[in-house]
Amino acid sequence: MYRRPTLVGAIVRHLILWIAIVFALFPVVWILSASFNPTNTLVGQRLIPRNPSVGHYQELFTNPQHPFPIWIANSVKVSGLTALFTTTLTALGAYAFSRFRFRGRRTGLMALLLVQMFPQMLAMVALYILLLRLGGFIPAIGLNTHTGLILVYLGGALGFNTWLMKGYFDTIPRSLEESAMIDGATRFQAFTRIILPLARPILAVVFILQFIATYSDYLLASVLLTGVQRYTLAVGLRLFITGQYTTRWGMFAAASIVGALPIVLIFYLLQNQLISGLTRGAVKG
Amino acid sequence: MSWRKIFAQGATVLALGLLDALGIWAFSSLLLRGEYWMAAGLSVALGLINWIYLSKRTYPLKYLIPGLLFLTLFVLYPVGYNIYIAFTNYGTGHILSKEQAIAQFESKFYLPPDTETFRYSVFQREGGTEFVFLFYPEDGPVLFARKGEVTPVDPGDQDFLDEDSDGVIDGVQGYRRLALPELVRNLSTLQAMAFPLGEKILRMTSLQEFSAYEHRYRYDPEADALVDLLSGTVYRPVEGFFTSPEGEILLPGFTIVVGWRNFFALVTNPQISGPFFRVFAWTFAYAFFSVLLTFALGLFLAYHLNNPYLRLRRAYRMLLIVPYAIPAFISVLMWRGFFNTEVGVFNQILYSLFGVKIPWLQDPFWAKVALLLNNLWLGFPYMMIISLGALQSIPEELHEAAQIDGASAWQRFWRITFPLLLVSLAPLLIGSFAFNFNNFTNIYLLTEGRPPIPGALTPAGSTDILISYTYRLAFEGQRGNQYGLASAVSILIFLIIGTISWINFRFTRALEEVSENV
Repeated sequence: MYRRPTLVGAIVRHLILWIAIVFALFPVVWILSASFNPTNTLVGQRLIPRNPSVGHYQELFTNPQHPFPIWIANSVKVSGLTALFTTTLTALGAYAFSRFRFRGRRTGLMALLLVQMFPQMLAMVALYILLLRLGGFIPAIGLNTHTGLILVYLGGALGFNTWLMKGYFDTIPRSLEESAMIDGATRFQAFTRIILPLARPILAVVFILQFIATYSDYLLASVLLTGVQRYTLAVGLRLFITGQYTTRWGMFAAASIVGALPIVLIFYLLQNQLISGLTRGAVKG
Repeated sequence: MSWRKIFAQGATVLALGLLDALGIWAFSSLLLRGEYWMAAGLSVALGLINWIYLSKRTYPLKYLIPGLLFLTLFVLYPVGYNIYIAFTNYGTGHILSKEQAIAQFESKFYLPPDTETFRYSVFQREGGTEFVFLFYPEDGPVLFARKGEVTPVDPGDQDFLDEDSDGVIDGVQGYRRLALPELVRNLSTLQAMAFPLGEKILRMTSLQEFSAYEHRYRYDPEADALVDLLSGTVYRPVEGFFTSPEGEILLPGFTIVVGWRNFFALVTNPQISGPFFRVFAWTFAYAFFSVLLTFALGLFLAYHLNNPYLRLRRAYRMLLIVPYAIPAFISVLMWRGFFNTEVGVFNQILYSLFGVKIPWLQDPFWAKVALLLNNLWLGFPYMMIISLGALQSIPEELHEAAQIDGASAWQRFWRITFPLLLVSLAPLLIGSFAFNFNNFTNIYLLTEGRPPIPGALTPAGSTDILISYTYRLAFEGQRGNQYGLASAVSILIFLIIGTISWINFRFTRALEEVSENV
């Protein structure tokens, strides 16, 4: 559908794309430059700061006013554990749906899709009250605990991920497990020693998708976490700009760069797998 | 049986045993706290787990149960509970159950004007910390009080001493009487102490004396009424408050089931329904324009990036998906800085070029523009990626045939490429609509739903969408937390999202049939 362009046509086309690239990149460049700008304000911000310094980054990790390193550690901890357990639960569930034929199998699969239609965040009030009450007799999983938050996230573990992984398991021939079981392995050993290693790519995709989703969640984390020391990055970052935004601009910029780094890295390292995962139905924006 | 199987079964039994031990501990702790429903649920769950892991007939369930357990506890149960809350007045002032509210009223006391007063002595055991008292009524025997227990003193008892031999007990064997300075030092502890005396309680009213307080309220279960024993007023439960005939209410109130009232309020109460319908309309407009704008830009860029004669295509694609790689909660906050009216970069540029300053986040119209602009930046890379994928699946021959028939490039795009693209992209576009319908992060972090709608009874802003409205109803209201109303809104959202998903499902299947004929 395309023809070899004329010189003018090619120039126009590149120009259009460069305008789009400027639109895509300017916020990032602007933030990057603000994070090195020692004045800590927005006023008179230049693209290349006059006396660039890494002062904001140093302050970020040393100023006791905001426990930024703790927020990052909390985010990584919560997202990592959630992703790990989600992958485990999903792998178990998907294996059952892929390998066994039992009553209610089709219904179960459809029910999982149906349940996904009610996003967990819509039940935020009920989740808040549930943790409030649970915390009354098991304080370790009540409000403002990471364990409680992780458990809530795990509620959404089955669902779309199960479908994704079931599809992958279906492509692994059953004969592999059968021969292992003839050699004396139990069913569960066949699953852990034969199937899981073969399914490593899809395990990685589910892990990473879940990690990114949890890392980025603002709503549930802000409802269920109430203490500054327990905040995840998504909840904590907002504190930099409520109230005295103009004076904390440089700090906020540095925090944004550091906070986005893990996800950007994951994203670019695994771009191709993720994009193929996306075209299968995951949605953002 | 091989040693492996024995080992596996041993591990199962061990794990089950541990789980059961934990479960039984939690069960008894629940029973002690009177949470009978939770205890029942726990015992059913424990029973099921044991059966599933010990029976041979439930093999597939062994793999499913861990995930299902979380699904039940943190999705299905909250959804059910959410529906229940939507039909109650649960919220600030109505947090307690009726029983808890009654218990709270019945634990209130007052001091009648002609009450009996008691002189007293306070003692401490040698080396101990507990306080014990001797009370002297105006008539009758001396009373001895320790640990919330009051007993009359038998004058013949050897443990009680009459130190100054005036016929009145004034000492206790093994206890030391507190002198005034010591008493003053412990005053706050002593003032907090209370001793039951029949229907009344004894509390310290001054340094010299204790007085008998009386119950302020009595609940009459048969009449279902709370009687104020001081004034004699009878309070009856109305709308979750104990209310006097004159309409005076007692705080705290309690939770009652209010039926469909929360839903009706959204439609009929003008101070709630007016703002609600504005929020409702803006939610649809926001989701629609977000999809339209991001798709238009994404498709436009994808169309050009798909051109095989374009150099640097891969590099351009890498740069253009940068917004997609940054977590939204970070980039939205960045944009909030850009939109700052005084010092934000947009107004700096606009001011230096045209001498205007736009009130981005203060004016309802411009706040909406800001949200759409921000969401365009967040969302176009996704649309670009899926459009690139879809463009590659369109067969080249169709274009060649059209070209031979004399169609222009413009005609070929709109008549061939675009309809075929929609076949594969329509489900994703509807999905994106549903996502933006609930795009809490974008709204809440950029504008917090503000600026507020004037005259609204609920915390409703011009840029609030339903989900941010729900959040603010539940957790940010100036009039307290309206959990019941918030839950009602979340059920409406679910119905809308469910309908959209259902249409999507049907639409996808219809389109699959269409695409088979292409």
